[in-house]
Amino acid sequence: MNVKKISELFNKELVVINMGLDSFADNLRKEEVKVLPMDWKPPAGGDKRLISLLKKLDA
Amino acid sequence: MKAKIEEANQEAVSRIQRAKPTLIDVSIAGEAIPGMKRNMILHAGPPEPWERMCGPMKGAVIGGMILEGLAKNRQEAEALAASGDILFEPCHHHSSVGPMAGVATWSMPVWVMENRTFGNRAYCTLNEGLGKVLRYGAFSEEVIARLRWMAEDLAPALKKALVRHGPIDMKSMIAQALQMGDEGHNRNRAGTSLFIREIAPDLVMLDESREKIARILAFIHGNDHFFLNLSMPSCKCTVDAAASVEGSSVVTTMARNGTEFGIRVSGLGDRWFTGPAGMVEGLYLPGFSARDAAPDIGDSVITETAGIGGFAMAAAPAIVKFVGGSARDAIRYTQQMYEITVAENDAYRIPTLDFRGTPTGIDLLKVVETGILPAINTGIAHKEPGIGMVGAGLVHPPENCFHDALEAFAEKYGK
Amino acid sequence: MKKILVRKNAYYDSVFLMLATKALKQRPGIKEAVVAMGTEVNLGLLKEIGLLSGEAESARPNDLVIAIEAETGEAVEEACRIAEEVLKKKSHGGGGEEDYRPVSLEGALKILPEANLVVISVPGRYAAREARQAVNKGLHVMLFSDHVSVEEEVELKEMALERGLLMMGPDCGTAILNGKPLCFANVVRGGSIGLVAASGSGLQEVSCGIDRMGGGISQAIGTGGRDLQDRRVRGRMMLMGIEALKHDPETRVIVVISKPPAEELAAKVLSKLKDTGKPCVVHFLGLKPSGTRGSMRFSGNMEEAAAMAVALSRGEEYRPLCFSLSEAEVSRVAEAEVKRMGSEQRYVRGLFAGGTLALEAMALFEEEGFRILSNVQKGPGRALHSPHCSESHAIVDLGDDVFTLGRPHPMIDPSQRDERIAKEAVDPETALVLLDVVLGYGAHEDPCGALAESVSKAKGQVAGRGGYLCVIASITGTEKDFQNMAEQKKKLESAGCLVMPSNYQASLLAVHVMRKVVSR
Repeated sequence: MNVKKISELFNKELVVINMGLDSFADNLRKEEVKVLPMDWKPPAGGDKRLISLLKKLDA
Repeated sequence: MKAKIEEANQEAVSRIQRAKPTLIDVSIAGEAIPGMKRNMILHAGPPEPWERMCGPMKGAVIGGMILEGLAKNRQEAEALAASGDILFEPCHHHSSVGPMAGVATWSMPVWVMENRTFGNRAYCTLNEGLGKVLRYGAFSEEVIARLRWMAEDLAPALKKALVRHGPIDMKSMIAQALQMGDEGHNRNRAGTSLFIREIAPDLVMLDESREKIARILAFIHGNDHFFLNLSMPSCKCTVDAAASVEGSSVVTTMARNGTEFGIRVSGLGDRWFTGPAGMVEGLYLPGFSARDAAPDIGDSVITETAGIGGFAMAAAPAIVKFVGGSARDAIRYTQQMYEITVAENDAYRIPTLDFRGTPTGIDLLKVVETGILPAINTGIAHKEPGIGMVGAGLVHPPENCFHDALEAFAEKYGK
Repeated sequence: MKKILVRKNAYYDSVFLMLATKALKQRPGIKEAVVAMGTEVNLGLLKEIGLLSGEAESARPNDLVIAIEAETGEAVEEACRIAEEVLKKKSHGGGGEEDYRPVSLEGALKILPEANLVVISVPGRYAAREARQAVNKGLHVMLFSDHVSVEEEVELKEMALERGLLMMGPDCGTAILNGKPLCFANVVRGGSIGLVAASGSGLQEVSCGIDRMGGGISQAIGTGGRDLQDRRVRGRMMLMGIEALKHDPETRVIVVISKPPAEELAAKVLSKLKDTGKPCVVHFLGLKPSGTRGSMRFSGNMEEAAAMAVALSRGEEYRPLCFSLSEAEVSRVAEAEVKRMGSEQRYVRGLFAGGTLALEAMALFEEEGFRILSNVQKGPGRALHSPHCSESHAIVDLGDDVFTLGRPHPMIDPSQRDERIAKEAVDPETALVLLDVVLGYGAHEDPCGALAESVSKAKGQVAGRGGYLCVIASITGTEKDFQNMAEQKKKLESAGCLVMPSNYQASLLAVHVMRKVVSR
């Protein structure tokens, strides 16, 4: 069980990408954490057929 | 599988990056374009039969036939076109591109662009100017006369001047134009200025009358979009080198014929995936409105395919008013394009984005996944033949092209 | 009068939409209002309430549907106008100067290549795919989303383990990394106590307890609720978290919080803790403590877990906690509360926003011999017939799925609990209402404001019948949380609520009061 990367994280500044609820990004900003809010939306417009095609390609 | 696709895409994009589009000659279509025939008429966009062609395209075809002496007037031209004796083929099937109707016939002069890195070539007619011109479907005597002047005076002089000057590095010229407010599709003023500056001394030194040279210079100077017909084949020979890379999902062709929009994907070879051509959203010249607009038309979207045009919107503040009004809107469109492309262009850079390279190498998979469609800056043609440009704005390809292409791609490469 | 609008390709997150829907519904003259994405489920719901027509019928999951039914045309138009305003503000808001917000993870990494953590709170059916991408890109993950399958959870945790990355979740609501609160978490003092928790509100209660007692947190790692509960997940993240704390020089004491794990997993966890060589506190909710085993301590409740940890961090002997009130005071208080109650009043009704806090209260009551019904009780004959209707002694977890489908979690939006309090007040058999209040990031900005009002009203109603409603609450938070803990406490106390410093103490006081009620 290799936890080196976690130890590294503990010694670094958190740099966060927020995917989903915007309030989480807002709160991180209040705590002076560097955060990039995403404009996430369901892949392929939520179209199941397209998502399964993408899956076939491991994408 | 994902790793293989990524590798293939890196290869495809690397070829795009290494391209060296170079203007080497001015020739005529019949002599230079591979597979050209006297009874062949090339047109913009994916394949389309005469019956389905839109107004401007039909008008341009009629004009082309009159120019070649295949028909004396409109009625004859239409009859001949419908007879089956004329071969209609996409420019793209003959290493060519054409703006708007994109019609090219045997005797028309063409730029000859060579991708020095890989040796492949691309061809494009010379830009006639604005308003009542062939590419907007006009075929009056005035139009034919101008085309004849271009073939008899303009092109030969440019050819000789080019011989005198030596081949012109288009990549460098486009790169400079992008830093002067152009984006290479709908805004070409800087490019035209750079070109005229480059070629003028050699034109002047030709053994021709001052009036003739003056007329040529005035012709180029009076047409801000002269450079478009140079940026287009530059982009064409650039992306052609990246075609048919096994397993690559990079889009290597986008084109419209006024009825349909078509794309081709590197790893899917020559297959076209088409959908209905869209309506451009933009601003209209005084007296015109959306009611007058033709659907999206032309091969000029090859510029976006190569990473300029709408993909370099942030470099062209003048375009801004056509796409929503603020400089930030233009920047935002470019930023969106980074999400659907594989790389950032080594040569074409955007000053307002800290000289970041333009988004290059449209990835089919990313387009479908993000739902972000390529942003295209384009002119709007009047739907009736022969009236000309009525506006300019922003348009997107129909998404079904990409969905259909994905289906084919998954079928070929999926597990 | 009905009006249905569709905005194509306009995606908004679920919490925002639910709050927007609620705001519209409250407008005068509005009979029904829905602001939702055009998913199959939502379209079905709209159809059922007769608000699906025209463009909306072919709406897709990325299209926004605004459906309004009102008494007058003006009311409809007004509501539409407000909806547009709210939506406009949202898409131009979020950080003032609009920097580009990427749509894809790859797009995000192009903008922020030095990112090291992704916080994912997208709908469950898409969450695993996003988390997988994040791990493939070498990023640590906080996976807030729930409704992720066990198979996906196992795959994600395996992947993360292989790469040495954190996979906190799915269904992980709370963590504190490098002193920064993530998602639903409190601002607590930094220090030498490290936490690994399979429970969000548990992590919050213990970390706040530690802060209150003068200790501090080095790291608090969340594992998600299923990590130790489902054999297939095998406690992967719990074990990894413990290992990480083992190697963290800042962490000198390790605390583990979870519901009792499956047998072999418990042994694994304990052995892993022993292997760290650091003093540890283990809190398996609901399990009676078995004292000390070497450097391992087992706590009987979350306050004790905090106290043990703080003592260990100071190198002190843990002295069992005193109740903040003396025996005599407790008796006095309980007496005073019960004296004014009507003869019919005989039941306790716990209404909780924090699942673990509810469980702690339940465990304590059961220990004291009360038979508690609940919506989260699995024991024989312990389930409420309907979670929406209390019977007998009942403790309800209002954060459970049955309450949060289509409505915001009670920590975000107090209205469901307010409604329930009113309901309990109508029931003549209700003697005592027990509450938890959770502060910190993610929680409502003024939870005690609305709560105090409901409490006042409820007490008034019961007094009007000649009885007395006893209300006891605890506040999970610190004075550094943005809601201003002292003020929140004051609001509740002004409404006549007894506020205790911890969930354990609140539950214990409630037990004392109920004992007196029962023995009248």
